[in-house]
Amino acid sequence: MDAAVTDPAALAAALDRTGYLPDEGLATAAFLALRMHRPLFLEGDPGVGKTSLATALAEVLDARLVRLQCYEGIDAAQALYDWDFPRQVLHLRAAETAGHRDADELERSLYDRRFLVARPILQAIEHAPSVLLVDEIDRADDEFEAFLLEVLADNAVTIPEIGTIRASTPPLVVLTSNRTREVHDALKRRCLYHWVAHPTYEREVAILRRRQPEVAERLTRDVARVTAGLREADLLKPPGVAESLDWAQALHLLGARSLDVENAAATLGAVLKYHEDAVRVRETVLAELIGA
Amino acid sequence: MGFARTLRHAGVPATPDRVQAMVVALGHLDVASPADTYWAGRLTLCGDPADLDRYDAAFAAYFGGAGAPAPRPRPAAVRLRAVPLDDRDGGGADPGDGSTRTTLASRQEVLRHRDVSTLSAAERDEVRRLLALLAPQVGRRRTRRYGPASRGAVDLERTVRRMLHQGGEPSRLARRARRRKPRRLVLLADVSGSMEPYADALLRFAHAAVRVTPFNVEVFTLGTRLTRVTRELRRRDPDAALEAAGAAIPDWSGGTRLGDALKAFLDQWGQRGAARGAVVVLCSDGWERGDPTLLGEQVARLARLAHTVIWVNPHRGKPGYEPVTGGMVAALPHIDHLVAGHNLAALEQLVRVIGQS
Repeated sequence: MDAAVTDPAALAAALDRTGYLPDEGLATAAFLALRMHRPLFLEGDPGVGKTSLATALAEVLDARLVRLQCYEGIDAAQALYDWDFPRQVLHLRAAETAGHRDADELERSLYDRRFLVARPILQAIEHAPSVLLVDEIDRADDEFEAFLLEVLADNAVTIPEIGTIRASTPPLVVLTSNRTREVHDALKRRCLYHWVAHPTYEREVAILRRRQPEVAERLTRDVARVTAGLREADLLKPPGVAESLDWAQALHLLGARSLDVENAAATLGAVLKYHEDAVRVRETVLAELIGA
Repeated sequence: MGFARTLRHAGVPATPDRVQAMVVALGHLDVASPADTYWAGRLTLCGDPADLDRYDAAFAAYFGGAGAPAPRPRPAAVRLRAVPLDDRDGGGADPGDGSTRTTLASRQEVLRHRDVSTLSAAERDEVRRLLALLAPQVGRRRTRRYGPASRGAVDLERTVRRMLHQGGEPSRLARRARRRKPRRLVLLADVSGSMEPYADALLRFAHAAVRVTPFNVEVFTLGTRLTRVTRELRRRDPDAALEAAGAAIPDWSGGTRLGDALKAFLDQWGQRGAARGAVVVLCSDGWERGDPTLLGEQVARLARLAHTVIWVNPHRGKPGYEPVTGGMVAALPHIDHLVAGHNLAALEQLVRVIGQS
C-alpha cells in the first residue's frame, strides 16, 4: 500500500510520527501483515493499545479506518450488508403508480446497488485502501468467526442478487481480542499472532510525554514508575497505558508537579477500577511504591 | 526444517502451513538478522500466550540463544509453588455396608450407589461406561439475538421481506422474540492427592459434559497450578480423552492450594468472561493447605461473576458429614448448592442440579 514502508523500522518511525510508539515486535508484526496480506491478530490485556494501533496504521497508510465492534449475537446483516427494505417497498409502490408493467425489469431494479446498505466489512472491501478493525472478536459467537474466516480468505463479498464485490486492494485487517474466550484455531492460523505486552518503563514515559506534553516531566516519570509497580502488585485489573494516561491527566488537572501519597490516593480512581484493588493498594503498597 | 521439529517437540503448534507462513515472513525480512528470524517465527508459529514461553526456550535451544531479544513482560503464567501435602486419608476408607444392599436390586442399581473410590477393576469399567452416558446440560438464558417466534413483537424486517415476495401486498405479520441459549458450564476439578480416588470419575463426568455441548463447556483442573483441559477432553473416546488430559495435567495427585488456583482461574479466565453468567461447578473436598480466608474471598468473587456456583464434595455423601474443614467453612456462605459426587447416583443428581440452574 505504502511504498515508503520498506522495513519494520521505517514503519515504526512512521507510526511514531502519528503519536503511536510501537515496540520492535509490534512494528514487525504490522509490517509483515502489510506485506504478506495477512490479518493481524492482537491479543493482550485491556488498555495496552491494540485498538489505537489500527487507528495509527490507518493514518500512516492514509487509508480509511472501518471499525467493526463485535458483540454477542452479531450476525452477517450487521457486519456485511443488508437490504434497505422500506426503500425497496417505496420503490415498488412508486413503480406501481407509474403503471410499470415489466415484472422482470421491476424485480431487477428492486435489487439495485442503491438499495444495499453496506455494513463495515463491505465498506472496507469497497473503499480501498482501508484498514478493517475487527474489535473484540472474542465477544462474538463461534458461528460469526467461521463467517469472518470465509470473508477474510478471499477478500470478496458475494451478494446473490448483485454478484461478487472484490476489493481492488485487500484491506489491512486488524483483529483484537481480550481473551474472554479462546478464539478458534482455524481463525488464528490464518493470522499473524502478536501478544501486546505492557510497555517497558522507558517506552511508557515516552508515550506519556508524546501524548500529554503539557504534563510535568517529573510527574510523568512518577506515574510511569508507580503504574509499572501496580502491574506487579497482583491486582484484579492491572492498569494499562490508557489508565496511566488518564492518571497523569487527572494529576495534571489538579495542578500536581510530582506524585505524593496524598494526591495519589485522591486520584486512584483513574487507575484502579475495582474497589478491592483501591482499598488494598491504599492500605499496603501505595506508600512503598511512591517512596521507592 | 529442524527448528519446526524442535518447536513441535516443545509443544508449539508449528503446523506445515504455519511453517510456510514463517518462510514467507522471512522473505520480507532480513534472514541474516537473528531478531528478524525470532519475530518472523514468533508471529507466525505461535497462537497462544502459553506458546510464547515455549517458543522462546526452543528458539534459544536451536539458535544457541544468539540474538533473541531480551525477555519482555508477558502474560503471567501461573506457576504456583508446590506445597507438600501430608499424607491424608484420601477418603478411600471403605464405607462397608454400602456395598451390600438388597439382593433384589440389580447390579447396576447397586453400582449406582457404590462409592467410586471402593470399586474393583471390573466394577469401575461398568461405572465408566454408565458415566459416559450422562448428558449434563445447562439451563438456558435469553440472548440479545432475535429469532422467529409465533408471538412477540412484530418483526419488521421479515414482514417487509414477506411483502416484497408478494409484490408489495401486505400480508401476515411476522413476529420475533429473543432467542435462548444454554449458559456456559465451567467445571473446576481438584486433582490433588486427597481427591485422587474421585478425580477419574469427575473428569469422565466433565468429558460427558464436553461431548454434549463442546463449545459451551470449559474444564480446568486445580492442584498446585491451573490447567485447562477442555481441548483434551474434546476427543470423542473417553479413554483417549482422559489419557490426553492426564498428560496435560502436570500436578496429578500433588498438593493443593485451592485458593491460589481458584484465583489464577478467575484472573486469567473467569473475570474476562469464562465465568460471567455461567454455571460453575467446583469439585473439591475443601481441604485447603493455604489460607482459608483467601479461598473464601475467591469463592465470593466467583459467586459475584457466575450465575450459579455448585460445589461438589465427595465426602458429603458419607454418613455424618459436616462441612467443617477450613476451606469449606470459608466457602459455604457463597455457594448455591452443595452436592455429593461420590457415586453414580450422586453424579446423576448433579446433572439434575446443573440442568435446573
